[in-house]
Amino acid sequence: MRPSTIWFTLKQGVKNIKRNLMFSIASIITMAACIFLVGIFYSLVNNVNHIARKVEQEVPITVFFEKETTKKEMKEVGKLIKARPEVAKLEFESAEEAWEKFREQYFQGSEAAEGFKDDNPLVNSANYHVYLNEIERQNELVAYIQGLEHVREINQSEEAAKTLGSFNKLVSYASIAIISILLLIAVFLISNTISVGISVRKEEIGIMKMIGATDGFVRSPFVLEGIVLGLIGAAIPLVALYFVYTNVVEYILEKFNVLTGVVAFIPVQEIYMVLLPVGLALGIGIGLIGSFVTTRKHLKV
Amino acid sequence: MIDLVDVSKSYGKGLPAVNHANLHVEKGEFVFVVGSSGSGKSTLIKLLMKELDSTSGRITVSGERLEGMKHRRIAKYRRKLGVVFQDFRLLKDRNVYENVAFAQRVIGRPTRVIRKRVPEILQEVGLAGKYKSFPDELSGGEQQRVAIARALVNRPDILLADEPTGNLDPKTSEEIMTLLEEINERGTTVLVVTHNKDIVNSMKKRVVTMHDGIIVSDEEEGGYHEA
Repeated sequence: MRPSTIWFTLKQGVKNIKRNLMFSIASIITMAACIFLVGIFYSLVNNVNHIARKVEQEVPITVFFEKETTKKEMKEVGKLIKARPEVAKLEFESAEEAWEKFREQYFQGSEAAEGFKDDNPLVNSANYHVYLNEIERQNELVAYIQGLEHVREINQSEEAAKTLGSFNKLVSYASIAIISILLLIAVFLISNTISVGISVRKEEIGIMKMIGATDGFVRSPFVLEGIVLGLIGAAIPLVALYFVYTNVVEYILEKFNVLTGVVAFIPVQEIYMVLLPVGLALGIGIGLIGSFVTTRKHLKV
Repeated sequence: MIDLVDVSKSYGKGLPAVNHANLHVEKGEFVFVVGSSGSGKSTLIKLLMKELDSTSGRITVSGERLEGMKHRRIAKYRRKLGVVFQDFRLLKDRNVYENVAFAQRVIGRPTRVIRKRVPEILQEVGLAGKYKSFPDELSGGEQQRVAIARALVNRPDILLADEPTGNLDPKTSEEIMTLLEEINERGTTVLVVTHNKDIVNSMKKRVVTMHDGIIVSDEEEGGYHEA
């Protein structure tokens, strides 16, 4: 295409959008809503995943021993666990230390704890904290440890991860459903906008064909219109979401500063590494498909 | 330039709109196609424009066979034709200059060529000085001149005119026909479909008469016969 032809096509495309502004705005809004939701869900699911992983990694497996297990026997078990390649770190906590920690955490120096003074209620609570470097192998390791002698009980951090996991699944399914519906509506609205544009310009199109315009030439302003609508429809939510995301993260960390240590959000830049190209591709894709299909249907000679 | 061999076109059942037509037009000829409504003359033009496909027979225009022509080829083929209609078919939201320039933009001519060529052709059809007028501000005759300028701006081999004077008064009709004659004298093959008896009789050109889809007569320096 010559530069003058490209310029002509561009002007036509923009003219089309202006000519049926209401339809164009409706398409843009639907598209924007659709991509906004994609962004929200993407951020949500990814952050929940991120947090779940963090929880899994930071909450160790705790291994308790049977009564009467001697320190030496415990050490033997510790050696065996330590020898496993997936184990990153092993910490021993004696019954006394366990009680000390418990007391501090739950009684916070109150008198009530004094009643237990020389009678450690957690007498059988000597344990190992096992930290993993490969969280995926947690179940394998638990099975191994369970098979070892003297081991009474293992506490796994699986629950938190599991809950978060199933929450994630639910959010994913719901979002896929909503997004698919919105995608369909967006394609439909774009297609509608384009067909209105085509019917308004029916005469002009007839003349173009009579003069010897190629299908591509007749079509390109409409396809361009679709792409421009898609791009605007993508740009608005992407910009909005950037600010929403940073502000929400800031707000949560500020409001619930207890969470600061436990919860770490994915930085917005990292989210946008994926969301930006995906959002733009979605916008352009919807615009392209909507307009391409419509022009194909309406512009047959 | 135009060659029809045993060409028929039927729409569904019933009598064909064009029935076993044979027609040969040489380069540089001026030909009238006459006949009453429904005689098949409009169908003939549409066949030549490749707006319709013939049911049978062979059509060759400007060296191109029209049967089985690939869809993508049609646009290129139409650039060899200039077409003028009874209702002008101008773009009402664009001025004279833009209406003519449109035909050049559509086939991808660079702007610098358009700037030179459009005033040239507007001069030729007698519309110099009306560049900025919009179609609604022009008389019927002037609008048809714009349409003719648009048809000629890409220097087609053939000019097809479908009832070009149908909406015009007799004096203006005569002026338009004179213009078409001048265009023909400059080398363009011209085929005019009309039922304007006076003009056909006064111009003494080749006249092809159609009736019920059949070419009933074909005369050099002919006149308008009621079939």
